[in-house]
Formats: sequence, structure tokens, C-alpha cells
Amino acid sequence: MTGFSKQWPLWEVFIRGQHGLSHRHVGSLHAVDAESAMKNARDVYTRRNEGVSIWVVEAAQITASSPSDKGPLYEPSESKVYRHPTFFEIPEEVGAM
Amino acid sequence: MSHALFETLLRLGDNTLILGHRVGEWCGIAPVLEEDIALANMALDLIGQTQMWLALAAEIEGKGRSADDLAMLRDAWDFRNVLLVEQPNGDFGQTLMRQFLFDQFHLLQLQALTDSSDQRIAAIAAKAVKEVTYHLERSSDTVIALGDGTSESNSRMQTALNKLWPYAGEMFVTDPIDLESVEAGIIPDPSTLRDAYMDAAEKVFKLAHLAPPEGNFAHSGGKTGFRHSEHLGHLLTQMQWMQRAYPGAQW
Amino acid sequence: MYAQMVKSEATKEDPAMLAAFQARIDAGEKIEPKDWMPEGYRKTLIRQIGQHAHSEIVGQLPEGNWISRAPTLERKAILLAKVQDEAGHGLYLYCAAETLGVSRDELTEMLLDGRMKYSSIFNYPTLTWADMGAVGWLVDGAAIMNQVPLQRTSFGPYARAMVRICKEESFHQRQGFDIMMKMANGTPAQKRMAQDALNRFWYPSLMMFGPSDKDSVHSSQSMAWKIKMNTNDELRQKFVDLTAPQAEFLGLSIPDEKLEWNEDKGGYDFSEPDWNEFYDVIQGNGPCNTDRIEARKAAWNDNAWVRDGMLAHAEKKRIQKEAAQ
Repeated sequence: MTGFSKQWPLWEVFIRGQHGLSHRHVGSLHAVDAESAMKNARDVYTRRNEGVSIWVVEAAQITASSPSDKGPLYEPSESKVYRHPTFFEIPEEVGAM
Repeated sequence: MSHALFETLLRLGDNTLILGHRVGEWCGIAPVLEEDIALANMALDLIGQTQMWLALAAEIEGKGRSADDLAMLRDAWDFRNVLLVEQPNGDFGQTLMRQFLFDQFHLLQLQALTDSSDQRIAAIAAKAVKEVTYHLERSSDTVIALGDGTSESNSRMQTALNKLWPYAGEMFVTDPIDLESVEAGIIPDPSTLRDAYMDAAEKVFKLAHLAPPEGNFAHSGGKTGFRHSEHLGHLLTQMQWMQRAYPGAQW
Repeated sequence: MYAQMVKSEATKEDPAMLAAFQARIDAGEKIEPKDWMPEGYRKTLIRQIGQHAHSEIVGQLPEGNWISRAPTLERKAILLAKVQDEAGHGLYLYCAAETLGVSRDELTEMLLDGRMKYSSIFNYPTLTWADMGAVGWLVDGAAIMNQVPLQRTSFGPYARAMVRICKEESFHQRQGFDIMMKMANGTPAQKRMAQDALNRFWYPSLMMFGPSDKDSVHSSQSMAWKIKMNTNDELRQKFVDLTAPQAEFLGLSIPDEKLEWNEDKGGYDFSEPDWNEFYDVIQGNGPCNTDRIEARKAAWNDNAWVRDGMLAHAEKKRIQKEAAQ
């Protein structure tokens, strides 16, 4: 068996679907460098007219939060209910606010 | 004029037809999935261009034939594609070298065709030129990458260039059919595209550490239909099989 | 359905952690790659997603067989776009498997040396153009039965890949049925060809769902983990119920004398496929097993120089760039 010398790096692909929207993660692919990752992303992920802009990021460059930090990272915000508009009751006669 | 126009359109449409067919042969067996998908995109672009060129050719001819009739029911001697595009795929390097050699010509040709005096041709060219700009970007990058990559990939690319370079010249031969269309402002004179082509190709070969073989020899006979290679007939036995075996059936 | 008889791995972790994990799944939460998961869950998923991915790319071959012979330019383009989609689906699935800590190259190696399988269906030959219709209509139709529910599978990357795949797949079955319609309404030769394709692909399509539930040993753990969403027999019944009226619409006969509507169960009665044939095929003795694996090996091995060459070039460029800085 030949050809297992070294695998092409993995890249994550983000696509802006329409003007005005933010880029969204659509999937991954393999490519030897950023330029070819960009081309591969175009060929793999925009075949059905899905995008107007592409970002590619080498997967190894992404820093991700760890599931075990879930408590300290996200739970403190649960108690800050006053950040949400529904916290405040506005009398109906005031109208839309 | 309409004969020259018809022939001119066949030359355009047969190039994309035959090359699209060849590139489609890679589907499912490319070096990696990303390349498999990219090659299929290129083949799909070429088939789409074929449908437009041959539909217009059929319309100009005015004998009630369709684009499919032209693709599926002519014999080899009636094909007007250059010899380059009918050459077999060979290895991936040969396929991409053939693609680069054609794409570079194709782009220059289409850019000029966007100014064609025939509005229908200009419109098709305007659509195709965007597709082919990308084809060239991809094929030239791949030729450079494989030429520069490893000693094996370099030697395979040099072999491919040695084999295919003698088929590049035919694209720049201007014959009486061309001249008639040139004089009507329909197409650029092929011979005038040569300098820009050579400049661009030279840059790519330099980055790829490749050198075209010495001499100016060029095979010919494809675009005139005078003498195709043996490969075209075999390609047609597959491409035309269904229409030949079941005449008149609708699919 | 491109995953058949995927063996579930037993799992020996701390019962409390297993219970908490199961509770998350029962609550409909998605498991993400960095979350804790039982080793058996991870291994079973790698096996299933890998088999699914392999099926997509081996599945390119029987249909790719007809791209060069498609009868019209439009059919050529449609078929090429369809087979290209299979490559895309394989790619999405390999990427989903990679989040579990196995590389695409490792998975490929396991396919090529026979450690991993692909769906039995792709070991059948495509002999006429009507087979492009039958494969789209029946094989993609059977695959959709399984893939739609898998959009709700518990593993996030797999579920997301399936969402994308289902969206793209929706044209595949229709293009197959469209080919069948054209032929069923065509010349006598076309109609005969369409019937012949249905005759050859009917039972292999039923086999795609895997053996009967009573003989299927791996289902319960996978179903609890929401890796497998329905039983084989449920899906097979649903497939027959949907397909039989479509065949009737085409004026084609399903090659099963026992096929009959059963009012009491609200579904069709039908004959089981020959399971001995099924086991022969998955053990390597289908009509095309050898050809399929040889084709995949050639594509992989003969093109190793391309993958290495491109990588070497990128490496050189990177070094030059760093030196220039």
C-alpha cells in the first residue's frame, strides 16, 4: 500500500450565504494550503449557488472551548435575566417598544 | 457566410464537447475527493457550453437538427475539435497538462469572443469566460504544483508536456474558414492569440520547472476534420452508443 | 442504508457516566466531538459513518460507468452532477468521522484492505441505461428512507452532514424516476429495458435495509444511542409501500408474485430477498466486489504521486515564505 505518507491538512469552511448575513460554518475539507483550500471550498461547498463569500481556516488553528468548562463559561449568564427585553413589563397603552 | 459560421460554431462546440467528455471520465477515480468534485465541475461547465454552441450551430444550419443530433449522430470526420482535446486522459498529470494547454487558449479566445459582431456568440462567450477563468486558475496552479512538487511529479509533468506540446500549435493555425469569420468580425484571428499564449505558458512552465520540447512542430487535422487521431473514434463509440443503438428514441 | 449490519461495540465505562450520557441522548441533546462519550459509541459511529462514506464513493462507480454513454447532453450533465454529489456526500461523511479521531486516509486504508465494508448494493453491475433510472429511483429511494431520520441522529457532526446530504439528495431519486418514466412511455425496447432493470435491482434494493430484525443482532444498542433510528423491517416495509404504487404508475411489474396490498396491516405483503445471496455479496462474492475494490485501489495508489506532489509543493512554498519574513 502506498500513498499514506502524509495526509493533506483539514480545513474548516465558512460561507456567507447572502449579502448582509454573517459567515456560517458549512463543513470541512482537505487541502495542501490556504489557496487550494479556498478553491476546494468553492468547488465542494458552492455547487448550488450557496455563497457570496468564503472563509477557510486550518482546523488545527482553531481554539475551541472545552465541554468541561461548560459550567463556569456559560451558566453565569443564565441568572442575568435582566439582559433580556422580556424581563421588563411595559404597560400596553405605551405601545410598541 | 452561414457555412463558415456553422463550421466556426462546430469548432467551438466540439472542443468543449470532447474535452468535457474526457474530463468526465475522471468522475469517481480522481486522486482525492476534492479533485474529483473539481474535475466534475469543470466537465459540467464544458458540457453546458457545448449545449449553447451546438444549439446555435444547429440553428444556423437550419436543417432541423438539434445540439444532441450534432453531438451524437456525426461521425469522426465531421468533428471539428482540435486534436489536443481528444487525446486520452493518461495519468492525472497528463489530464491537467492537457487542461492547462487548452484553458490558456480557451480563455484568450473567449475574451476576444465577448466582442464578437455576432451578439449570440458574444453572449455565450460572456458566460463561458467566467467559468474558464476559473478553469485556468485551477489547471495552471496544479501544473505548477506538480511540476514543482516531487521529482516524480516533476518528471511525470515533463513527460506530459513533451507528449502534448506538439498538439498546442493547431489552436493557432488560421485557415480559410477562420478568415471568413475573422473578416466578418465574428471571431479573433487564432494566430493573433499565439504571443499572449506563449507568454502566459512560459510563466507557468518556469514556475513549474518544466520546459516545452524544442522545435515548432505541430500536429494538425482536428479542427479542419481532415485527419483526427484514432482516439476520437473510440470516444464516439461510447458517447454515441445509445443514440446509435436506439435510433429515434427519446431519453 | 448505506450502512448495513454495523456491529455495535460493547461498552465498559463507569455506569454513572453511561447513565448520564444516555440521559443526554434521551433528552434529545446532540453529542459533540469534544464531549465525553462511551468508547463503544465512538467506535460504532466510526464504523457506521465510515461505511456510509465508503458506500458513497464506491457508489460513484456503477453510475460513473454510464457518464460516458449518457444518451443526451442533458442526461450526461445530470448524471455527472449526481455522481459528483456522491463524492461530496462521501467527503462530508469522512469529515464527520474525522471529528471522532480517525483520519480519512486511515478510513480509506481500511476500505481498501477489506477491514471496512460498503453497502452490498454497489456490488451489482449497471448494464443498460435503464439501470441509471433504477438506481436513482430504487437505490436512492431506499437510501433516503434511512437518511431522512438520520438527520436526527445523536452525534452532531453526523446529523449535520445528513442534513446537507438529504437536501442535495432530493433531486437524485427524482432524476431516476424521470429516466424510468421516459423509458416506460417510450419504444417497446425502452420499456423492456426499464422492466429488466427493475427485475435486477428490486431484491438487491430490499437487501439494502439489512437482514430481518429477528436476525439483526446489533440493533438495540445502536437504537438506544440514536445512531440507528428505525429497524430494518420498518424501513423495508415503508420502502415497499411507497414504491409499489410508483411501479404501477410506470406500468412496470415488481418481480414478486406475492406482492399484495394487505388491508389489515395497512401495507403490502411481499417476498423477502434471498438472504444467502446477500451474505455472499457482503462476503465478497457479489458480481462486482472485485472490480469495485480494484477500481478504488487503482484510484488511490496510482494517484499517490499527485497527493504527495501537491503537498511537497505547498511545503516548499511555506518554507520560502517563512524564509522571506
